[in-house]
Amino acid sequence: MTTRQKQMLYVGATLIVVIAWTFYTADGPQTTAVLAGTVRAATLLVLGAMCGMIGERSGVVNIGIEGQFLLSAFAAFTIASMTGSLFLGTVAGVGMGLIMGWMLAAMAVGLKVDQIIAGTVLNIAALGLTSFFYDRSRSLGMGKYTNIDLGPLADIPLVGTVFFSRPPLTYLTMVLLVVVHVALFRSVWGMRTRAIGEHPGAADTVGIDVLKLRYFNVTIAGGLAGLGGSYLALEAVGTFSRAMSGGRGFLALAVMIFGRRTPFGAYAAALFFGFTTALQNQFQLNSTFDIPPQFVGMLPFVVTIIVVALSGLIGSMRDPAALGQVYEKG
Amino acid sequence: MPEILLAARNVTKQFPGVLANDKISAQLRPGRILALLGENGAGKSTLVNILFGMYRPDSGEVIIKDEVVDLHGPDDAISRGIGMVHQHFQLVPPMRVVENIVLGAEPSKRGLVDLAEARKRVVELSQRYGLEIDPDALVEDLPVGMQQRVEILKALYREADVLILDEPTGVLTPQEADHLLSVLRDLTETGLGIVFITHKLREVLAIADDIVVLRNGRVIGETTPADTNENGLAEMMVGRSVVLRVEKSAAEPTDVVLAVDELEVNDDRGQLAVDGLSFEVRAGEILGIAGVEGNGQRELVEAVTGLRQPLSGTMRINGEEVTNGSARDISKRGVAHIPEDREKHGVIAVYSLAENSVLNRYHRSPFSFRGILRRDVIDRHAEDVVEEFDVRTPSIAVTASSLSGGNKQKLIVGREFSDDIELLIAAQPTRGIDIGAIEFIHRRILEQRDKGAAVLLVSAELDEILGLSDRIAVLYDGKLMDVLDAQDADRERVGLLMAGITQ
Repeated sequence: MTTRQKQMLYVGATLIVVIAWTFYTADGPQTTAVLAGTVRAATLLVLGAMCGMIGERSGVVNIGIEGQFLLSAFAAFTIASMTGSLFLGTVAGVGMGLIMGWMLAAMAVGLKVDQIIAGTVLNIAALGLTSFFYDRSRSLGMGKYTNIDLGPLADIPLVGTVFFSRPPLTYLTMVLLVVVHVALFRSVWGMRTRAIGEHPGAADTVGIDVLKLRYFNVTIAGGLAGLGGSYLALEAVGTFSRAMSGGRGFLALAVMIFGRRTPFGAYAAALFFGFTTALQNQFQLNSTFDIPPQFVGMLPFVVTIIVVALSGLIGSMRDPAALGQVYEKG
Repeated sequence: MPEILLAARNVTKQFPGVLANDKISAQLRPGRILALLGENGAGKSTLVNILFGMYRPDSGEVIIKDEVVDLHGPDDAISRGIGMVHQHFQLVPPMRVVENIVLGAEPSKRGLVDLAEARKRVVELSQRYGLEIDPDALVEDLPVGMQQRVEILKALYREADVLILDEPTGVLTPQEADHLLSVLRDLTETGLGIVFITHKLREVLAIADDIVVLRNGRVIGETTPADTNENGLAEMMVGRSVVLRVEKSAAEPTDVVLAVDELEVNDDRGQLAVDGLSFEVRAGEILGIAGVEGNGQRELVEAVTGLRQPLSGTMRINGEEVTNGSARDISKRGVAHIPEDREKHGVIAVYSLAENSVLNRYHRSPFSFRGILRRDVIDRHAEDVVEEFDVRTPSIAVTASSLSGGNKQKLIVGREFSDDIELLIAAQPTRGIDIGAIEFIHRRILEQRDKGAAVLLVSAELDEILGLSDRIAVLYDGKLMDVLDAQDADRERVGLLMAGITQ
């Protein structure tokens, strides 16, 4: 990060704190609700973004995150309602994510199918399968994951409620942010992963098995999207409904790009997008504006378009050089 | 110390349609430099890929340190002490020098890269071999000469006893190339063996202890610099006596055809690549643009041929402004273009020779009539081109992809030269083609000059520039360092300018 970027970051962070505090003193419950909603929405987005960035850092585009979310949410919900265990449901969701990651790898890396088409296959398959097998009569008898207070931290006004009184998968996601960051930028695995995304030929000549590593990474990344699916069904909503991922898998890609394919960058971006989602929810609940709810609901997506277009204009971001390309030995 | 570091014994490798290596034997002893000399397609790369474990030979043996080995991949070769410096550097541009050097063999603690340790080892290595390098620099910020040094260090880090260098001087200025040769000579002092692959005769004579010449997949002869000279080597390479320098008469330049004024052009990343160039090319002369690749040549050629929009400045052809003209506008004015990348801009691989022979004027009479192509006229034209420009092909109906590089290039030249030309823009016109075809194309370019065309020749091969040009402009970092008359230009002087040094 350049000094200028750092300065901007500090200024931005201070501004956010000041504004949040001002609103909090003016209307505590509303502010808390919006910010809690922000974190809730951001958790799903950042899980998808981390899934996407591990793939893209290795050179594989994953536009199937939407499908991975949806089918994993379905698996998580179904298993949880059958066994009565949220934990088993979560595991099932992650497992389904891994399976879908493996399917994407098999198509895009193994069979060298165009990566965009492979991802689209996942999305269509997930929508079709979940719509077909969805059983309306199922429900989570035991309810969804509930908040866990982190001791005295939870008593801090505003911040405590927003960050330290959350359900378990949100905490897990925060831990994963650190894990993925360290793995990508400090570990041997991460260095090799970034190398195969930038210059697979170079990696190959020093004895790194490019295809095997891509296979592995895309599969593992699927587990993160799978966790996102579990989170969606078992923690955020508490049920499954048709097409419930609602485009958030695609939004996660925008979050990933805006966050420069780094976990913390993505989390900042996810909080920003999450904020627009939460704000939109609050507007609808309060009927703040006298316009049809469908238009208010468009807010996060309109912001996405504007932000992605703007960041394209700034042009400071660079994709991994081998992104989207099939690697042929030779 | 082993007697033989690396050797091939009767190595044969068949690819569909070609016998790439036919019972090739060659050997490298410790402390020696073995030069593998041959034209494109002679089988050098195949042999080296076999020695490095990328391909497996159909028959024959690879010997490393007096032992017959069976290599299953580059890892095998690397672990036995073979290091390779590829022609196209195998470096990850946005990563640091130290990361690039240790990649794949990283010192680590519990799965995390131990960068401090890696850095220490790299610094130690660079001091031991006298190869100064900044371990923390990003590879993308380094000049090519430095990147090559990183490649060499990468091999030494893996404790290579043999370095294989594939066309290592292609991207260097003459002085950088000389420096590399002396570095390599120093490395052999420690007992390291070096395999040096090249088609540059001068370098072979300067550095090799042993020379093996390949042609059509076979070993044609073995010799040493003491026993031969440039002509002797060229003859072995080609199989007949060749003219290394084309005879040419003095130029008789007349009117200005191409006038470029204060031209600025961006590259693909939006960086300024051509920085305020001004020059003129007159009818009847060849202006050669010398320079190490990547100093703005590509962007200049693309701007002048209408393939890239200039940022500012003007271009005139025969006095008329064409600055923002399309490629077709410019081509209509009698401009012929031999593009740098023949696969990408020269031919359409899946089209037939006939179709490729009219890519620049299929839309005009007599090749089409009211929007319908006239196949018979096109075919006749293609037959003429194939005949006159000696394109070796079974028929004009086969696709361009079935031709060798040299024949593709002759097809392109034939297409571009079939009309009267006012201005010829030739970018790397002989890259990667055999000496016979080079000679042919050089003659044709001179012929165009003598017929009164203005020629802008862009080449990374200094010999080509020195051999053909009447005036030589040296490009460095997007700027013109100087324009010299051909008789005042020599390798030394142009080489320094190519490195951005003006005395």
